[in-house]
Amino acid sequence: MDMILVLEWVIKSILLILFGITGFAYTTYYERRALARIQTRIGPNRAGPAGLLQPVADGIKLIFNEELIPAKADKVLFVLAPIITVLPALIIWAVVPWGTSITISGREIPLYLADINVGALYIMAVASIAVYGIVIAGWSSNSKYPLLGSLRSTAQIISYELSLGLAFVGPIMLSNSMSMVSIVEKQQETAWFIVLQPLGFVIFFLAILAEINRAPFDMPEAEQELVGGYHTEYSGMKFALFFMAEYIKMIAVSAIAATLFLGGYSGPWVESIPWLGPIYLLLKIFILLFVFIWIRGTLPRFRYDRLMAFGWKIMLPAALINVFLTAVVIMFLP
Amino acid sequence: MTAELILFLVLALVAVGAALGLLFSRNAVYAALFLVLNFITVAVFYLLLNAPFLAMAQVTIYAGAIMVLFLFVIMLLGARKLKTSGENLWQRRLAIGLGVVLLGELVVLFFAKGWRGTLIGDIGSKFGSPEHIGIELFNQYLLPFEITSILLLVGIIGAIVLTKDN
Repeated sequence: MDMILVLEWVIKSILLILFGITGFAYTTYYERRALARIQTRIGPNRAGPAGLLQPVADGIKLIFNEELIPAKADKVLFVLAPIITVLPALIIWAVVPWGTSITISGREIPLYLADINVGALYIMAVASIAVYGIVIAGWSSNSKYPLLGSLRSTAQIISYELSLGLAFVGPIMLSNSMSMVSIVEKQQETAWFIVLQPLGFVIFFLAILAEINRAPFDMPEAEQELVGGYHTEYSGMKFALFFMAEYIKMIAVSAIAATLFLGGYSGPWVESIPWLGPIYLLLKIFILLFVFIWIRGTLPRFRYDRLMAFGWKIMLPAALINVFLTAVVIMFLP
Repeated sequence: MTAELILFLVLALVAVGAALGLLFSRNAVYAALFLVLNFITVAVFYLLLNAPFLAMAQVTIYAGAIMVLFLFVIMLLGARKLKTSGENLWQRRLAIGLGVVLLGELVVLFFAKGWRGTLIGDIGSKFGSPEHIGIELFNQYLLPFEITSILLLVGIIGAIVLTKDN
């Protein structure tokens, strides 16, 4: 293992984390602007040209907010919870391929951090760990609304995780591999998996909406019912970390959905010009993010019991049928 | 292989520390979280042993699914701090006795068979890969696999029956 390889990994990791953090800032801006358009408003447009400095202003405001720790909270876990929430959102990026490889000064650099042969499982593992931040935040606040909010979110995430995992199985079976890079390569050979797996894509999309607590499944933000949710007692940068985790996860699941179903980094001329790979992936992420915002702007929130019933009685059977049908088709159509 | 050794030692320290934390913390939530940390560390051990599939399964199933339910129960029942009570003293004595027996067994194994005992032969590079596990599971271990799934099904049905009011 040479030092340059380690250096390469470190640089790539730092770039990914920086991308996640700036992506978070500008996704909030994107969301506010797009949502404002949907609601015939203008949205933030005062700070800087076209309001582009708004995320910076928000960040500065949050830094100077008073940090409040409730007197009866469990201090250690209360401080730890936001960190535990952000970490999975950042490390999930490790297996998302951004392109094939580029050559910088004679050295071939693959445009992904890790091409492990269990990439899809890695994503599931990290996603299942992400629940802990919410559980711990709700419990350590020592307050009834955050506790109830965190129980609801956790139950929701665990329920939809099953359908999410089953939706992964379609692309895995079609490409005969769990590596994200092979899944993209297979899609370049055949067709995008959204064509071969339309039901799988719908299930995947609905499941990730619930996984990342987005509208119409945004139980943690049901102010009318629970004041806030698991992050009610948080303020200042700790609250910002929860917010950050939520938006980074939103970008990450868009990237994963694009990789599994929309061909990932592939697109016209990407074989000859590898630099196009990241651009195509970004474009797909951008479109998927718009769909998230669009759904938030148009659909009302689900009632909690219906949300659970939908997850268990419709999503899970549909996902199982999808896996079954895919397996049968693969068996009988070589 | 020094890098691997250092990694192993650090991980071993974390794993043992987490296990001790689990045993000695008086707060059930902390104990459960220490157990999660322990599971994740063990998963990294699997990674070091070239079994990424097992590592991911360990994280997803133990740390991700089972322990979340544990935490749920602890939080819903209220995590009261445990008192150092004198009850169940016989259990503690029995546990210590059995622990000593286990330790003795380990010592005998280590020193009778030498540090590098030939318990396992060379496992191929395919060991622990998803394909390998799938083929083994559905050919050689099909019956245990089916029995396990029936057990789980019975558990699910039992839970539904118990929670359903007439």
